[in-house]
Amino acid sequence: MKIARLVACVVVVAVCATSLGAHWLAPAGYARQFREAPGAPPSRAHLLGTDEVGRDRFARVLYGTRISLLLAPAAALVSTALAALIGGLAGYVGGIWLRLARAFTDLFLSLPWLFLLITVRAVLPLNVSPLVSVLITFLILGLLGWAASARVLATSADSLRNSDFVLQARASGLHGARLFIVHVLPNLKPVLYAQFWISIPVFILSEANLGVLGLGVAEPLPSWGSLLRELEGLISFREEPWRLAPLLLLIVVMTSFQVLLSNEEVTA
Amino acid sequence: MLRRIARHFMSIAALVLLGGLLSATLVRMAPGFDSDERELDPSLNVESIRALRAQRAGEHNVLRYYVGYLSDALHGDLGISHALGQPVKSLLRTRWPVTLRVAGVGLLLGWLLATMLAFSACLWRHPLYEVFGTTLSGAFLCIPAAVLALVSVILDTPGYLAIALIVFPKIYRYLRNLLDRAYAMPHITAARARGVDELRILLWHVLPVAGPQLIALAGITISLAIGASIPVESLCGLPGIGQLAWQAALARDLPLLVNLTVLVTLVTLLANSGADVMIHVLNPREA
Repeated sequence: MKIARLVACVVVVAVCATSLGAHWLAPAGYARQFREAPGAPPSRAHLLGTDEVGRDRFARVLYGTRISLLLAPAAALVSTALAALIGGLAGYVGGIWLRLARAFTDLFLSLPWLFLLITVRAVLPLNVSPLVSVLITFLILGLLGWAASARVLATSADSLRNSDFVLQARASGLHGARLFIVHVLPNLKPVLYAQFWISIPVFILSEANLGVLGLGVAEPLPSWGSLLRELEGLISFREEPWRLAPLLLLIVVMTSFQVLLSNEEVTA
Repeated sequence: MLRRIARHFMSIAALVLLGGLLSATLVRMAPGFDSDERELDPSLNVESIRALRAQRAGEHNVLRYYVGYLSDALHGDLGISHALGQPVKSLLRTRWPVTLRVAGVGLLLGWLLATMLAFSACLWRHPLYEVFGTTLSGAFLCIPAAVLALVSVILDTPGYLAIALIVFPKIYRYLRNLLDRAYAMPHITAARARGVDELRILLWHVLPVAGPQLIALAGITISLAIGASIPVESLCGLPGIGQLAWQAALARDLPLLVNLTVLVTLVTLLANSGADVMIHVLNPREA
């Protein structure tokens, strides 16, 4: 298992590093059109061929990977911070606030994740600049993905509230925000880290789903979601197998994340 | 028991009402909500445009709209879809059976595949079953639901197969964890040491322990199947609730979105509460 984790770690780091070096590795920018070669098969000039409008697919995969792999952790950070704020605080305060937080998380969790995501994404402007669309997509993931983590954090904070060391701190005159920041929050760190890492693959897949449904990152910016949308025009897998490259890369990265996260963490 | 059911119903009613209100607020606050594309029609005169605006005037105040919607809903009127121009009630009535069939069959197949793999790994305890199940579920867990729907279109397979493959890995992973935990209990080890048959251990000792959680999992998977039906129905061209949700979201159709949110929340909460009540009935100590 240790070897598998090491391999997975190497894969994720290698993919991240390669995507960060897209500027030097890609033969052209993600939006540059080779008008003389639209829909070209793989060649020395274009390793994965070109798309229907003549853009180099390899370059787009590299830049798209960069966007998906950098912004999914950013969205995970937002959702974990929100979960800590809502779940952690509600669990720490307890009483009516804990019940309210639980009801609110219940409401969020009762709606299927994709339904919630497309509803919220669709009510926000679709006709925006590519950069704004990237921010909207990942911000939505961060702002809507807190509920499951908040529930776990509320339970953890609730159990900490009545623990011996917190009672001791209270008896010593420590109250309110200081008690929460100095004693409760550091003890929630392992749960926070676990929730952060679990959220990353969930958000990568969610962005891909939104992208395929046309609600993700706007053209010409590439992301895994928008790259996978290209599969829509595919008639058969044998015809142009190189078009499956973004999907294969996504599977490899997601498998690596699965191996990296322990079994308990994945199913938490 | 009755108290428990009443509490469940009250909590469901509160959450459903809150869900509908949130959905209405969200759509009302969306940029561009006030604009109506029909007003751009050059054949319309000033009076027609004024009539169109008056038609939507009731939707400007979210609370007033929502109270009006609830009052009409109690009388069986769910409003008219802006985008499709049809009564929401008839839209839901015609679309619901499609989703019920596609998501229902998909869920059933997903459960069948997951239980077959999980139970065979437990019964025969050969590493090959374990590796096969984990690899297969892991592979499908890595593929976005929308891509599985696209693959289903390309390979010309029925939509319920895509739903089955979307829900299967989640069911399998939970199922394996539940069974692993149950198998790790001391009385199972003792039964094995006494040479009790594996099938008997599974049926008499493992399933009763894992049963309540399995029922809870069944409730959760209904929500998973409804979620999966959105990309599958949208991309496979199946006229169900999932496709309707997709169309409503894109068209910012307030009446349709509010009704769909209420409906989806209601179904998932009922499924979860039903599972909870069933656990209580079967094993009062567990609940």
